[in-house]
Amino acid sequence: MKAADFAYEKPVDLASALDLLNDEDRDIQLLAGGQSLMPMMNFRLAQPELLIDLNGVDELNFIEEEGEVITIGAMARYSQLQASPIISQHVPLFTLALPHIAHAAVRNRGTIGGSVALADPAAEMPALLIALGATITVISKSAEREISARDFFIGIYETALGNGELVKSVTVPKAKKDNVYGFYELTRRHGDYAMAGVAIAAGSIDPVSDLKIVLFSVSDKPRRLKDAEAVLDGKDLDNADAHASVKRALTKFEFQGDLNADAKTKQHLAGVVIKRTLEGMV
Amino acid sequence: MGQTENITLTVNDEQVTESVPVRLNLVDFLRNNLGLTGSHVGCEHGVCGACTLEVDGVMVRGCLMLAVQADGSSITTIEGLGENQRAADLQDAFKRNNSLQCGYCTPGMMASALEYVETIRNPDRDAIREHLSGNYCRCTGYQSIVDAVLEVVEERAKR
Repeated sequence: MKAADFAYEKPVDLASALDLLNDEDRDIQLLAGGQSLMPMMNFRLAQPELLIDLNGVDELNFIEEEGEVITIGAMARYSQLQASPIISQHVPLFTLALPHIAHAAVRNRGTIGGSVALADPAAEMPALLIALGATITVISKSAEREISARDFFIGIYETALGNGELVKSVTVPKAKKDNVYGFYELTRRHGDYAMAGVAIAAGSIDPVSDLKIVLFSVSDKPRRLKDAEAVLDGKDLDNADAHASVKRALTKFEFQGDLNADAKTKQHLAGVVIKRTLEGMV
Repeated sequence: MGQTENITLTVNDEQVTESVPVRLNLVDFLRNNLGLTGSHVGCEHGVCGACTLEVDGVMVRGCLMLAVQADGSSITTIEGLGENQRAADLQDAFKRNNSLQCGYCTPGMMASALEYVETIRNPDRDAIREHLSGNYCRCTGYQSIVDAVLEVVEERAKR
């Protein structure tokens, strides 16, 4: 189908975008890469009155290294992240996951901010940001604030963004020497939405410290498997009990089914992706 | 009739100025307003890859971009690739390897394959499959398409 009609504005700087967004009377959508919003509009699941195209706001497109962190502007595209030496040097979890985020032609348009603001439970980026302990900076006409990724993602397509706010940037810590990362997802076709996926970050793995196991596409939002993290802490990853503790933890996790698989299948697939990822990290 | 905007862009090396409804997507603009029907419209939600074309040097989904967003851009469609010969060796290889049957996916497949042979250039079947994973083909089973792309990658490496 074709998108329903809408009004279109293309501001050339952030201040004008925020002015336009500061309007409680109209149903507004921000257009970033458009790789999720355009399909939703073509299906008429989204029918905004006003579309604010952020592709002219150059100040939202950057990748910066400062001290111990990397800050990425909301309009940085996935293909830019893949090509960035700053990312490949300091954010190895992104390097592992980026080839799995949709297809090359989609990565040429899709943006980090778009994925964050949409909060699709099947998307990789929210899970990666939770695993990394990222901070999301949001801005409105009157104020700017920082929200931890942990608190930002609330539910299916639901975030902590308030009226008149947009995602300005995402800040992730640089990887340190002992940090180890893993990523894996199961898809019917490479690049499609995952049936189940996991992003894992560990402060160290021999023994395990600061472990974060973030499952996505199995629930209403990416969620940590805290029971397993606690059991594995201080142990060796390749000890015989590791997988058994993960399986036990999975029985207490709130799985939600979708069109592809029911909750029970998701639980099984979650076990598979975690096992394969942990094996790859040893 | 909703909002319209004037856009000026370069399509296959020709400058075009048109007034377009803001809701019109890029591939419909190329097909319906300019008569460039080589880019195909499959799913209209970015899954099938049939509308893949080149905007400012990178391959994108023509159905997931608005025509108004292409204002000031330079676009190359399969018609342009036919004229400028950039993909001539790829076209030959597709023909030699029977990499198409009905041809519906071919313009989009050619765009993705061209990006691969021009920028990635890795003579590895798995890497080629991964790069072409966003383009559906329901005839060939992909084997012959991967054959053709690999052939061109290897031929170009010798030049």
